[in-house]
Amino acid sequence: MKILVCISKTPDTTAKIAFTDNNTKFDTGGVQWIINPYDEWYALVRAIELKEADPSTVIHLITVGAADAEPIIRKALALGGDEAIRVNADNHDSYYIASQIAEVAKQGGYDLIFTGKETIDYNGSSIGGMVSELLDLPYVSLAAKFDLAGTKATITREIEGGEEMNEVELPVVVSCQKGMAEQRIPNMKGIMGARTKPLKVVEPVAVDTLTSVAGFGLPPAKAGVKLVSPDNVEELVRLLHEEAKAI
Amino acid sequence: MPVLIFIDTAEGHVKKSSLEALTYGAKVAEQLGTTAEGVVLGSVTDDLAALGKYGVKKIHHAAADALNHFDAQVFAKVLAQVAEASSAKVIVFSNNLSGKAIAPRLSVRLKAGLVSGAVALPDTSNGFVVKKNVFSGKAFANIAVKTDIKIIALSPNAYQTFAGEGSAEVVAFNATIDAAKIKVTGVSKASGEVPLTEAEVVVSAGRGMKGPEHWGIVEDLAKVLHAATACSRPVADAHWRPHNEHVGQTGFAIAPNLYIAIGISGAIQHLAGVNRSKVIVVINKDPEAPFFKAADYGIVGDAFEVVPKMTEAIKKIKGTA
Ligand SMILES: Cc1cc2nc3c(=O)[nH]c(=O)nc-3n(C[C@H](O)[C@H](O)[C@H](O)COP(=O)(O)OP(=O)(O)OC[C@H]3O[C@@H](n4cnc5c(N)ncnc54)[C@H](O)[C@@H]3O)c2cc1C
Repeated sequence: MKILVCISKTPDTTAKIAFTDNNTKFDTGGVQWIINPYDEWYALVRAIELKEADPSTVIHLITVGAADAEPIIRKALALGGDEAIRVNADNHDSYYIASQIAEVAKQGGYDLIFTGKETIDYNGSSIGGMVSELLDLPYVSLAAKFDLAGTKATITREIEGGEEMNEVELPVVVSCQKGMAEQRIPNMKGIMGARTKPLKVVEPVAVDTLTSVAGFGLPPAKAGVKLVSPDNVEELVRLLHEEAKAI
Repeated sequence: MPVLIFIDTAEGHVKKSSLEALTYGAKVAEQLGTTAEGVVLGSVTDDLAALGKYGVKKIHHAAADALNHFDAQVFAKVLAQVAEASSAKVIVFSNNLSGKAIAPRLSVRLKAGLVSGAVALPDTSNGFVVKKNVFSGKAFANIAVKTDIKIIALSPNAYQTFAGEGSAEVVAFNATIDAAKIKVTGVSKASGEVPLTEAEVVVSAGRGMKGPEHWGIVEDLAKVLHAATACSRPVADAHWRPHNEHVGQTGFAIAPNLYIAIGISGAIQHLAGVNRSKVIVVINKDPEAPFFKAADYGIVGDAFEVVPKMTEAIKKIKGTA
């Protein structure tokens, strides 16, 4: 079994969101970087659990990013995984990134490709779907459970108001969300071991981007809260009904 | 060169998020001086012609039984055929759970730039630029689509549905359909409950509720409002509530008309999932709780006293008391 886990570097969840260069670039000043939580907590940890159940499993991590993504990929390796691949390319659009991942995947012969359900910065939720189409593989999105028996995967995915159970023969691409696994903290042995795990750098293939960012902006600030006394709950309900027209 | 809208269904019914996509797509068509057409895959019980009131002139219906189960790979191939046959230049999805699975595949298939999570109509004054949410609702980005064919996946609850007059012509579409690789072996649905991501009103509670045994007052309030229930992450982690109620940066991102937060402090990661709600009401006994800064209305008080009173007051307004 060979698993490819897609890892993305994102700003910490508490990072201040601001923009520079006439609102065309994210202001990275003072920003702490983390592994995209969906990639880490759900995709990577579930892959590690599958390897714990079947030690012959091989896990490769892939990130598309410049050299400054290496601390993040080492952090991921500290949790688990056998080796990492970094496609040496700056941030482009989802199509470009997915094309790079698909190219590596074609050569690697993976049985399973895991992504997080989305990144917490661009919220695209597109990489998994694009990779699967580029490889002409089935795709199960927003998976909350994943089990394997031989080459047959049993996957539970979110649908509106419930869950759907799917069965599919490997290879398959799966985007992972809450429920797949529980967050883990890397231990000392993992952190030491990660330093010597192979991290291969490959050059990107030439691909066109389909979209570009024309600019960023911040939503307008809230007008401020209207407080109502706890002794006058009816007044709150009246405001919601008559003023906000929300009920 | 019409605007083509994917109409997503569940158990034979058109989803609410698809009505938003239809209204939006019709508006885009008007803006581009063209017509809007819809596409439905699989069998439906709803009257498709009636969807004309949302502004679509024609609906392509590929009704084959093979399309009654969702498989993004199969669906994307069929949608590509419809797009080609109708020579659509703009394709609209709801960025709901199905849209998130199919739109990226279709984007690759047609080499069409995709904007997922759009929140406004495209700006066509200089190219084709669509506004979307980024950084979990803390900011937005304007995305320029550079390709001939464009795909927009509209964020649920970001565009108001509008029904006028009209009826659509329904035409059968004969698609070439691949055998699905994904087998659907079961569905479990919480019956009678409002799905969280589609709900107009959400009643959410946090650690301030002290324990799962106290959720009765939260559920009562949700019931009178026909609301979905949600919770903060520690509440789901402690298994006080199911995981599918967890909202926030690492749970569901929602954008209801009304979000009522009870005993939730309003941590930045929680706000990231709910900050696009139109009206936010906070009930917290701590006047310093950060959530008040993000709220429209608030009560500083004890949830155990305030919430039952609220339920009663709403019953009165709704005439159900
Ligand atoms: C990477 C990362 C991702 C995260 N993702 C999420 C996420 O997706 N969603 C999420 O929710 N959190 C998330 N968190 C956790 C987040 O930081 C907070 O810890 C969490 O939201 C707090 O939950 P809470 O408000 O229920 O609990 P608390 O912070 O403990 O707040 C409880 C509140 O209840 C009030 N209260 C107590 N008793 C009463 C009463 N009787 N009546 C009224 N009010 C009362 C208190 O004043 C307090 O404000 C994340 C954290 C990290 C680091």
